[in-house]
Amino acid sequence: MKELVVVGNGMVGHRLVQAMRDRDTAGTWRITVLGEETRPAYDRVALSSYVDGKTAEDLTLPEVADPLVRLHLGDAAVALDRDARVVRTASGRELPYDALVLATGSVPFVPPVPGRDLPGCFVYRTLDDLDAIMAAAERAVSAARPGRRSAVVVGGGLLGLEAARALRLLGLSPQVVEIAPRLMPVQVDEGGGALLRRLVESEDLQVRCGVSVTGIGEDRGRLIASLSDGIELDADVVVFSAGIRPADGLARAAGLPVGERGGVLVNTACRTPDPHVWAVGEVAALEGRTYGLVAPGYAMAEVVADRLLGGEATMTPAELDMSTQLKMLGVDVASFGDALGRTPGALEVVVNDPVAGTYAKLVVSDDAKTLLGGVLVGDASKYATLRPLVGSPLPADPVAMIAPGGVELGADALPDSAQICSCNAVTKGALREAICGGAHDVPALKACTRAGTSCGSCVPLLKTLLAQEGVEVSKALCEHFAVSRAELFEIIAGTGIRTFSELIAQHGTGRGCDICKPAVASILASLGSGHVLSAEQAALQDTNDHFLANLQRNGTYSVVPRIPGGEITPEGLIVIGEVARDFGLYTKITGGQRIDLFGARVEQLPAIWRRLVDAGFESGHAYGKALRTVKSCVGTTWCRYGQQDSVGLAVALELRYRGLRAPHKIKSGVSGCARECAEARSKDFGVIATETGWNLYVGGNGGFTPRHAELIASDVDTDTLITLIDRFLMFYIRTADRLQRTASWIEAMDGGLDHLRAVIVDDSLGICSDLEAAMEKHVEGYADEWRGVLEDPEKLERFVSFVNAPETPDPTISFVTERGQPVPVTLGLPGVRA
Amino acid sequence: MTAEMIDLRWETVCLVDRLLPERGAAALLAAGGEPVQVALFRLADGTIHAVGNVDPFSGAAVLSRGIVGDRGGVPIVASPVFKQAFSLVTGQCLDDPAVQVPVYPVRVADGWLQVGLP
Repeated sequence: MKELVVVGNGMVGHRLVQAMRDRDTAGTWRITVLGEETRPAYDRVALSSYVDGKTAEDLTLPEVADPLVRLHLGDAAVALDRDARVVRTASGRELPYDALVLATGSVPFVPPVPGRDLPGCFVYRTLDDLDAIMAAAERAVSAARPGRRSAVVVGGGLLGLEAARALRLLGLSPQVVEIAPRLMPVQVDEGGGALLRRLVESEDLQVRCGVSVTGIGEDRGRLIASLSDGIELDADVVVFSAGIRPADGLARAAGLPVGERGGVLVNTACRTPDPHVWAVGEVAALEGRTYGLVAPGYAMAEVVADRLLGGEATMTPAELDMSTQLKMLGVDVASFGDALGRTPGALEVVVNDPVAGTYAKLVVSDDAKTLLGGVLVGDASKYATLRPLVGSPLPADPVAMIAPGGVELGADALPDSAQICSCNAVTKGALREAICGGAHDVPALKACTRAGTSCGSCVPLLKTLLAQEGVEVSKALCEHFAVSRAELFEIIAGTGIRTFSELIAQHGTGRGCDICKPAVASILASLGSGHVLSAEQAALQDTNDHFLANLQRNGTYSVVPRIPGGEITPEGLIVIGEVARDFGLYTKITGGQRIDLFGARVEQLPAIWRRLVDAGFESGHAYGKALRTVKSCVGTTWCRYGQQDSVGLAVALELRYRGLRAPHKIKSGVSGCARECAEARSKDFGVIATETGWNLYVGGNGGFTPRHAELIASDVDTDTLITLIDRFLMFYIRTADRLQRTASWIEAMDGGLDHLRAVIVDDSLGICSDLEAAMEKHVEGYADEWRGVLEDPEKLERFVSFVNAPETPDPTISFVTERGQPVPVTLGLPGVRA
Repeated sequence: MTAEMIDLRWETVCLVDRLLPERGAAALLAAGGEPVQVALFRLADGTIHAVGNVDPFSGAAVLSRGIVGDRGGVPIVASPVFKQAFSLVTGQCLDDPAVQVPVYPVRVADGWLQVGLP
């Protein structure tokens, strides 16, 4: 077996290992990865989302679990003996290799100004850097001192603007200092830069272009940045993001040639002059030039993987996609291809609309037939369709392609060779092949091509492609209704129709089925249409809702009384225990802080519930697609660390939303502090107490594919919190598909979490008062469903075992005792293969 | 009326009105000395169907608790356990051609529902 050593565990090193393990099915290479950081590989492109509430865990790249891969974290390579073919590490490891790949990336460039090492000065490169910046910002914000807390960002490129945005989110007022005459000088031209500056400044970010920082000083605990024009800026934090330098020290020391501006020189196969040593990513100087973006690094990793396994792959600088897209402070910026018109004879077409705040430029070939590149500022919505066209014939007049109200390009305008996903180099042709091969939705396309899995900007185009290939993602609920659940909700809410027979006569066909009937039942319940078992509604309910209990495998039911927030009196516990004992039920404490009673036969349910209702219990709705539980920790009442009364809030929330029917079951949790004992972030909506209020997270759980909830509002008071949850739940109930959990509902939404935040926090659709009113109606209309059954002889009549022998137990049900409790005898399965 | 030619025993179960429209109910009967569970359904068009109550996929006696409807015009009941559809006319499982449940003849006499058993 041959030994491969990969030096560097960043995104590109990680991709190389993935590509090797995908292709090397025969297991010819054993791989050892050396990582300088102590964390597993993470998504550095999304680094800034760390300040938005993403955790290090969220950013972690999928682990390559394989016995042929060894990972040494926190152990940097310190020396390379090319003659002996051995790498030595900081901890003293000596690793022999048959092939060595340098994937050490780059280090931030800090201009050699005096004072750059003072406390309060940072670079913006790793999660550890961000942790340090966040801690410093927090100290500055909490210091008892008048005046605004401010920051200076040295460098107005892509990363500098991201850093400025992050600092603003951390509560500081950032000023950006850029030595070039405009922001983002590498990607954006003068016209675009001017507009970008105006848009950024209107978002309360100060910009100084054409000046440099000459020194950093200290004055009474704050930093002073001196600029070349004589101005002094005071700051609590200074962040250097003035560019990067390839981390090529190891290669230099080993005598490998480097480029004029640094970087290990490699040929089109990414190989150094030493046939056993390769370089990929930001440390590699491909034919003399380095690339500071992840897409070229990924492409290099694929080339090296191919070569190590005997392939002939190459790459040339011309093939590298230097496109970038940035959305910061609500300002869209995108640049792609030859954005600055460096191709000889290139022509530029510009549409500049300072009133609307948009700037668009296309760079085309001298014969005006081929698209070479472009710049979009203010509105980058056309980025996804324009970028893949680089190098292709123009499908329309270039002015019309970027003019407001001009030609709308679809995916059909793109040639098969066009790269739809530039992060992972996936072409339209490859996607079409995958669709023909059976990948019939976006998740399937992501899984088999990797398209859309990095920055995600091409996901809308994936949807268009699916539609064009004739994959009708049918919204029809079932064969009886051609409309989606959300549309059906609108029809029922708008027309006032409240019976299934009228609904299917006017808006459907046939007689309904087990898909549309419960969906309609759920919609009717959401609209406050009386008891779920009243009149015609009873026939629509599935067995759980029909018997107000959960069907279990042997035909018996489980009974679950509500225990709001998990808080229960000793008397309550005793009643539940007595009921379980008297009816011979199996009891189990659930993950949702309740007690489930299993093994009840249909005809026993009313008697069991009579006892429970008399003792003050009510239905826990464990049977319905409805709000289940709001889990809680003990909060300030008992806990030494609690910051708010999590039990009180959990009880209030569970009582407020009890009985609320939804497209899928809903679970929630409230944690009294960031220690998260209630695991609130794995719920559909979760609340975590802060020192001053509550943080609200939404879209957790995810079922088969577990997901963490994401932060949608922070430090809000209790009233605001409840209003936001009201809006969130009602919006979900109205617009989600049948059986769609909140996680996939948000994922499928155009604009995702940002859109959801706009709708329920900023009221961008103007529907929030409707949503709140609907929830108010639900809260007022709530009545315990089991009490409703016990008080109605007609409904009680349905709870019989046999219509001709109402009290005779089903003879097929029997139990055995296991660990002291009754459990079902496994039923034989007549007529069905095992 | 071929069913009547065979030697059927008609067992009276309940008043027809006892069945909720578009919903099922279970009946406990006997055939050849063995207990037999029958799932009875009264559809919106007034027709009544009887099939075996045991769901062949789970072994639980629960078909009477499934949702009724139609698939391509064929009246069906969907098992409440794993959701397979069974024709109320033939007992055939529409999701697995190898599986079916028994079908029983029914008739109404003086408002009483009767099920024919062998």
